[in-house]
Amino acid sequence: MNLEFSEEEKAFRAEVREFIENNYPQDIGTRGVQDEMSREDLLAWHKILGKKGWSTPAWPKEYGGTDWTPTQRYIWGEENARMNTVMPLPFGVAMVAPVIYTFGNEEQKAQHLPGIRSGDVWWCQGYSEPGAGSDLASLKTTAVRDGDDYIINGQKTWTTLAQHADWGFFLCRTDPDAPKPQMGISFILVDMKTPGIEVRPIKLIDGGHEVNEVWLTDVRVPATNLIGEENKGWTYAKFLLAHERSGIAGVARSKRGVEQLKEIAAAEMLDGKPLIEDMGFAQKISQLEIDLSALEITELRTLAGEQAGKGPGPESSLLKVKGTEIQQRLTELTLEAVGHYGAPDFRSFPDDGSNDFPIGPDYAHHAAPTYFNMRKTSIYGGSNEIQRNIITKMILGL
Amino acid sequence: MDFDFTDEQNMVRDGISRLIREEYDFDTRRKVIASESGWRPELWAQLAELGMLAAPFSEEDGGFGGATEAMIIMEEFGKGLAVEPFIPSVVCAGGALKHGGSAAQREEYIGGIISGEMIFAFAYAEPRGRYDLANLETTAKADGGDYVINGHKAVVIGAPWATHLVVTARTSGGQTDKDGVSVFVVDKAAQGVSTRDYATVDGRRASEVYFENVKVSGDALIGEADNGLPLIEKVVDEATAAVCAEAVGAMKVTNETTVDYSRQRKQFGTPIGSFQVLQHSMADMLMEYEQSVSMCYLATIKLDEDDATRKKNVSAAKVRIGQAARFIGQSAIQTHGGMGMTDELAVGSYFKRLSIIESEFGSVDHHMRRHIALTAG
Ligand SMILES: Cc1cc2nc3c(=O)[nH]c(=O)nc-3n(C[C@H](O)[C@H](O)[C@H](O)COP(=O)(O)OP(=O)(O)OC[C@H]3O[C@@H](n4cnc5c(N)ncnc54)[C@H](O)[C@@H]3O)c2cc1C
Ligand SMILES: Cc1cc2nc3c(=O)[nH]c(=O)nc-3n(C[C@H](O)[C@H](O)[C@H](O)COP(=O)(O)OP(=O)(O)OC[C@H]3O[C@@H](n4cnc5c(N)ncnc54)[C@H](O)[C@@H]3O)c2cc1C
Repeated sequence: MNLEFSEEEKAFRAEVREFIENNYPQDIGTRGVQDEMSREDLLAWHKILGKKGWSTPAWPKEYGGTDWTPTQRYIWGEENARMNTVMPLPFGVAMVAPVIYTFGNEEQKAQHLPGIRSGDVWWCQGYSEPGAGSDLASLKTTAVRDGDDYIINGQKTWTTLAQHADWGFFLCRTDPDAPKPQMGISFILVDMKTPGIEVRPIKLIDGGHEVNEVWLTDVRVPATNLIGEENKGWTYAKFLLAHERSGIAGVARSKRGVEQLKEIAAAEMLDGKPLIEDMGFAQKISQLEIDLSALEITELRTLAGEQAGKGPGPESSLLKVKGTEIQQRLTELTLEAVGHYGAPDFRSFPDDGSNDFPIGPDYAHHAAPTYFNMRKTSIYGGSNEIQRNIITKMILGL
Repeated sequence: MDFDFTDEQNMVRDGISRLIREEYDFDTRRKVIASESGWRPELWAQLAELGMLAAPFSEEDGGFGGATEAMIIMEEFGKGLAVEPFIPSVVCAGGALKHGGSAAQREEYIGGIISGEMIFAFAYAEPRGRYDLANLETTAKADGGDYVINGHKAVVIGAPWATHLVVTARTSGGQTDKDGVSVFVVDKAAQGVSTRDYATVDGRRASEVYFENVKVSGDALIGEADNGLPLIEKVVDEATAAVCAEAVGAMKVTNETTVDYSRQRKQFGTPIGSFQVLQHSMADMLMEYEQSVSMCYLATIKLDEDDATRKKNVSAAKVRIGQAARFIGQSAIQTHGGMGMTDELAVGSYFKRLSIIESEFGSVDHHMRRHIALTAG
């Protein structure tokens, strides 16, 4: 047992920190919430990392990975969180790419991996449908083979940031007569500029636009866009979901969130003293920090297991549930901390182009919308109920 | 024991609930809160006509009821998520005037509130005061027989719609002294009053209100000079009970909506309401609601008792209801899955209102602290 980072790891941390400090574009990340950022803002850091070879640390070396150990990747995540960087979106780097390099053919690898690494191509995930959420296998969007093409018809929903996407990876039903719903589904890459695709915005309760409906009407895509074998898409989708979940604990970001919460609680006054000195509030912050340490060490244990060759298994469900609960709790406490100034809707303030909202302290403006928005984390990526079902079945064997 | 309402109270409930049902469907609300003014003055006129704006006042002030009537009305407001300024104008300003106003003030202003011609906002919170009612940087300096008010009030709900303000200010003493607090009526159009108006995240409208050498006559003082804190505390407790009632109404609809949704929404070939984990969550939501109803009644019943009893019970209710509001709001969204996150479904709006109610007139922590102070030792 040794929780200390090695000398090499410490040196690595120093190198990473220096790189971020010298290269992170200072004008992004401060401009507002993610859904208000432009595509350029969201991609800026990705592109810088792409040039450095650091945009895809977890990939195998042969496709442009870094060969970093899981611990190094963890340090990488921590340093980025410390600097509050806008990280590459997961859909390309962490989700579709592993599917492509694991199950795709050589042409597909050559066509798609470079654009994902460099940040030139934006991907979205077309899994969920209005009738298929938790029960993803019941999806209805069809892809029918017609000569060298598939013709896709159906409706996807909740497609995150599809409004900016160049490509999407879609699950489609290719065999409606398969004996089980999981069979007969295929994993198909779709150029979002193909005729017949319509992306319609969905407004969420925080007022932002980060998800969309995607309507597909007679969308003709080359059959060469199929990943792996026809009707085997479910296998690839499950593989991808395990990857999705392992990044979802968000320990490093939550640590940074706790620091911000403490700054707010130090600035807010209660009975003539900083709120952070109030025993009741201090206890809540400590509870959060304690839970976060427990999660951090649990994640490190999982990483150590991975380092020893054990792939991410059902324990990623544990990380997802505990991680999202902490993220949500953090937003609750932040809203509590800001008091009256949680109520004003900063989106209704006059937009005079400046960053200077004169109503209440700056840190209060996003407290309520963030609290509202973060309810999503226990719903998406497999809801927390579904994660508990997985733990029950896979770990407890019930 | 008697938890029944009088015939007259039942009539109030019937009247207000019909109005809200007929005039306040969710699409209408959506349009109203997005409109330029953000509310429905014509509905206010209807409320006045129906006598609703008179309901919490005693007969000698031209009304016919009290706190129970306010509770009934706010519960129905909560069911429809009505944004009209009943609490600021009728409960807060009306309360300050009925408990502290002179005969002349009551006649003029309560009459104006009841007829709907005067609309009040209650400017009591300050940017750095948190929930402490005595922590005032706003000052009112005596100047001959007049007062000169200077200061900044934060997140004054309904102020964009108001014709008048009830304002708390320090007339003597240090920033957090319990003595030296006074309450004034100020015409919003008075020289030196300015506002910055905005929407709130739960669909209402509010303002930052600034007072710059606003001169008011001695007649503007409500109650005794320097001894306004007990009056403000009473008014805020009444408003707290009213917002608890609003929460109860909102919780009821939230729970019903959630149960309905869980019956309709199918996953894995079965309604999601058949999953035990969701059933238990909805059972908890129901229990939270019932406990909230009880605490709302308790707080309302105790409003007229001695200060310590009133405060203790109001704080107990606000703690319990604040916690229930959070649990019910969050569980409702969770049970709705992705649909719960959308602006399109009403459940998101109920969640947002419940989230803001949690801290309105004092957060759970604030009221817990007050409860401890009143019950310890
Ligand atoms: C902000 C956001 C972004 C998203 N981004 C994407 C994206 O980019 N691409 C994509 O494909 N999808 C995306 N999703 C969709 C997401 O994966 C689904 O919302 C999620 O799988 C839940 O499905 P649902 O919304 O249909 O809820 P439902 O499946 O209808 O679930 C409703 C409730 O029932 C519960 N429930 C369902 N089944 C069970 C069960 N067996 N046992 C116990 N409880 C159960 C759920 O936990 C939930 O509480 C996103 C969703 C959100 C909210
Ligand atoms: C101190 C004590 C005093 C008692 N006194 C009396 C008495 O005077 N007379 C008498 O007749 N009995 C008495 N009982 C018995 C008591 O009624 C039973 O213990 C009780 O009904 C639970 O039954 P069980 O112990 O067989 O647990 P089980 O029924 O085996 O339950 C075990 C667990 O499974 C859960 N469970 C079972 N079914 C479901 C379901 N459908 N869904 C979800 N969860 C479920 C239970 O909630 C429990 O957590 C007493 C028990 C105790 C502990």
